[in-house]
Amino acid sequence: MHSKSIVELNDGLKKGEFSSVELTQHYLQRIKKLDSKLNAFITVCDDSALEQAKQADQRIKAGQSSLLTGIPYAHKDIFCTDGIKTSCGSKMLDSFTAPYDAYVTELLKKDGAVMLGKTNMDEFAMGSSSETSFYGPVRNPWNTACVPGGSSGGSAAAVAANLAPLATGTDTGGSIRQPAALCGITGIKPTYGRVSRYGMIAFASSLDQGGPFARSAEDAAYLLQVMSGFDQRDSTCVDKPVPDYTKSLGDSISGLTIGVPNEYFSDGLDTGVAQSIEQAIKVYEKLGAKIKKITLPNTNLSVPAYYVVAPAECSSNLSRYDGVRFGHRCDDPENLEDLYERSRGEGFGDEVKRRIMLGTYVLSAGYYDAYYLKAQKVRRLISNDFKAAFSDVDVIMGPTTPEVAFKLGEKTADPVTMYLSDIFTIAVNLAGLPGLSIPAGMVNDLPVGLQIIGDYFSEAKLLNVAHQFQQETDWHKQSPKAFS
Amino acid sequence: MSTSNQTEEKIEDIVAKIAELSRLSINSEEIPAYQQQLGHIIQFVKQLDDVGTENVEPMAHPQDQSQRLRADSVTESDQHKYFQENAPLVEAGLYLVPKVIEKAEE
Amino acid sequence: MEWEVVIGLEIHAQLSTKSKIFSGASTAFGAMPNTQACAVDLGFPGVLPVLNSEAVTMAVKFGLSVDAPISKRSVFARKNYFYPDLPKGYQISQFELPVVGKGSIDIELEDGESKTIGITRAHLEEDAGKSLHEDFQGKTGIDLNRAGTPLLEIVSEPDMRSAKEAIAYMKKIHSLVQYLEICDGNMQEGSFRCDANVSLRKKGAEKLGTRAELKNINSFRFVERAINVEIERQAEILESGGKVVQETRLYDDALNKTFSMRSKEEANDYRYFPDPDLLPLEIDDAFIEAQKKTLPELPDQKKRRFIDQYALSLYDASILTSNKDLAAYYEQVVDASGKQSKLSVNWVNGELAASLNKENMQIAQSPIKATDLGVMVGLISAGEITGKIAKTVFEYMWNGEGDPLAIIDKHGLKPITDSAELEKLVDDIIAANPKQVEQYQGGQQKLLGYFVGQAMKVTKGKADPAQLNQLIKKKLK
Repeated sequence: MHSKSIVELNDGLKKGEFSSVELTQHYLQRIKKLDSKLNAFITVCDDSALEQAKQADQRIKAGQSSLLTGIPYAHKDIFCTDGIKTSCGSKMLDSFTAPYDAYVTELLKKDGAVMLGKTNMDEFAMGSSSETSFYGPVRNPWNTACVPGGSSGGSAAAVAANLAPLATGTDTGGSIRQPAALCGITGIKPTYGRVSRYGMIAFASSLDQGGPFARSAEDAAYLLQVMSGFDQRDSTCVDKPVPDYTKSLGDSISGLTIGVPNEYFSDGLDTGVAQSIEQAIKVYEKLGAKIKKITLPNTNLSVPAYYVVAPAECSSNLSRYDGVRFGHRCDDPENLEDLYERSRGEGFGDEVKRRIMLGTYVLSAGYYDAYYLKAQKVRRLISNDFKAAFSDVDVIMGPTTPEVAFKLGEKTADPVTMYLSDIFTIAVNLAGLPGLSIPAGMVNDLPVGLQIIGDYFSEAKLLNVAHQFQQETDWHKQSPKAFS
Repeated sequence: MSTSNQTEEKIEDIVAKIAELSRLSINSEEIPAYQQQLGHIIQFVKQLDDVGTENVEPMAHPQDQSQRLRADSVTESDQHKYFQENAPLVEAGLYLVPKVIEKAEE
Repeated sequence: MEWEVVIGLEIHAQLSTKSKIFSGASTAFGAMPNTQACAVDLGFPGVLPVLNSEAVTMAVKFGLSVDAPISKRSVFARKNYFYPDLPKGYQISQFELPVVGKGSIDIELEDGESKTIGITRAHLEEDAGKSLHEDFQGKTGIDLNRAGTPLLEIVSEPDMRSAKEAIAYMKKIHSLVQYLEICDGNMQEGSFRCDANVSLRKKGAEKLGTRAELKNINSFRFVERAINVEIERQAEILESGGKVVQETRLYDDALNKTFSMRSKEEANDYRYFPDPDLLPLEIDDAFIEAQKKTLPELPDQKKRRFIDQYALSLYDASILTSNKDLAAYYEQVVDASGKQSKLSVNWVNGELAASLNKENMQIAQSPIKATDLGVMVGLISAGEITGKIAKTVFEYMWNGEGDPLAIIDKHGLKPITDSAELEKLVDDIIAANPKQVEQYQGGQQKLLGYFVGQAMKVTKGKADPAQLNQLIKKKLK
């Protein structure tokens, strides 16, 4: 049952081959049985999931089902869920029960999707390996000694291990695409403003964007369809009609111009990964696409610019965690300063503290121009690179990550080494563009991700391009043996 | 958002000050690790210095759009009891914090 | 040494929107603690701000009324600091690009001269909550109902040279925001608050001295006193060769002293940066033009009109137009009085103002309706009642009896105009005062007043003194 596509699941539900309750039970049992190996979930919502499934079954019976009615999904624990613990992977919010639903949560509820639970993640989405969670690291289903990527590692691992057919994620510097690549699944970061950020706990507001994980582009199209749309409570959410993503999946891509940036095939790239990407691009040539070498000259500046902009925004976004209205509060504070310093000192982990301090520093009087303003200017240069590129090409392709999944603990000692694992994904966030990762090969029995970057609001095109590849190849059908 | 003429203090040298400004308690034994890591990150970030950015408009936001406005209407109702279920310490509907002393000296 | 006083004011006016600047929670004053603090106001994880259009409209109106340019593009920034009444750990404000640019306003000085005070800028921001220092288990209680209430911060140039000028400026802005109906001006409820930057410099010096910032002084009287004691304090320091420290000071009205606030906040570095949750605010010409058309008659325009239309003195017109409600009241009185603009101003700025003042009441709370007062003024001017009777009528109106005609009827205050009746009355007085009659007729003309007084006493002021005068003169010839 857990190898079925969303189309097949919908079909089965409608025909009464199985009920949503049965489907939900199946997944809940898998989670119970297998998640101890992965630690993909922080909270499993057995009761509420079965209740939602029951309601979905009634809706299906009444012929009122929508795109995901009765379909289970796993929700990244960064999205607020009314009445359900929402921890953001942090001790700070270990005791936090969200008093309201994120807009994305609301949309999924309205559509009748069944929330299996809340997935593990890097603390406050700060990380590229899902090792900074207060709830312990997530493991990669392909090799449990390896990381699943991050920050949405729990969601990616859950989908890769067939513990959920779909999952939500958020992507600030690659947090959907990088774990999708390392776990061998499909993940898409939409254009900034496509998916509402209301109720999605902020890390870096000008970069954060929610999006789906699925086993295929087609499945991802369903979840993205439901997650997308205008929300008046998010000033940065764009009021623009959402196209039917499933409709254009089958369009021919003959004549498509694919830009391949030189900078994405430089020194740091693993040779096995490079070969897989080259093979994938050949598949596209076979499908009638034209390949064009392009250049994104400021690619190497994206990581340093990001590590000014993102910490600056995060240092301010995380000031609200002060032990007063919600979240961790230290015992017996001596005075106000003590309340703040100990609650925050105890509630936040090392990586979060590092980034808060970094952000505080770059925004301080005397450093603002040298760091923050400078990074904002470089951000413009990076965005201009893409603008120039998209005047010539339809999509840009390259590796999602410089290498396949690395070992737990391998990069925790030096933050900069860890940061560089997002070298190919970060620029897309700085520019606010949509990007997608699909499985496109294996190196050392670990998946390789092909990244496809599109122009603003070209999600339908990206899904179409990804789907066409998946019609030709089987990489997306592979599953880690222990979890098949 | 101003640049002063003061000479730059390296982040390594002001970890304690930055932690205080960030309201983060940090043990003295943790300081060397933060010094080393933060110093390394700033050094890495410093490569931005070499980039020519004259006449480049800073990009604060990926969207080239303007702020949308809401109509002035009251849409929220009282939920303080529900909201305060998350609060560590409340009394009479108030959030409690250690006594704030507004020190006034001559 | 002669010192020149330099004062600049930062006024915080709460905008009278229904909902908050970035959320849909109510801004009504006086609710139970935290019942008007929604998820956005509380800074819950994941919440986002959306700007209230009415707050923008109000800021634009203010800008237009002080001849300031309205920024086509302004930016919201975060001012970062930790304080329990600031839920998000930052205040959304405007820093580099405020919505209202440089403007100015004229104030009247006591000598009748007027002076132009520069307005540096005005920007939109959110208010903080309140800390309640009563004892809650030895702790401070936080009420966040006020958090997110829209504020317009109006920053003046350091153009004022005395506490009196500062007050005149503050009163002018106070009146203006009420004219514009963008702020209720209620200082007790904190709707209109003021910080004053005070410094001294040697007379003739160009460079400004070091300033102290006096925080949150919330009545006109206290602002004046606080500035004056601060001037004295600084003068003493400078006279004795010391240096003024740049700092924030609090005024203690009980001790009539200012005190340094040596709080940790002083050491703060606000780390302003553009709020990534909000996009630049763009205001186009069409919107500005439309707002221009909705502007009401402003205090200075009204004052000029009052002088022209009602032939008032500058002094009277200034008083009447300092308050929009008072000006409206006056115009109603004039209308009801049959266009007796001079007599009306005497009553409104005289008897009525004194009575209101005594009871510490605002014109809106006046127990006398403007139309009733106008009718009474009309009766005086038509000679229907005397000034003396009018005072009695006024008393009854003040006590809530309403219609002056009904009062006159009920209390028998009709004037005695019947000459036969008056003649008889005068005859009786003459008969009763033979000695005074003799003296008068012997040349002591000033005794005429005595007879008139006697007659007024008998008639309880209901006779016309002029008529009596004539009659008595005739009888005693």
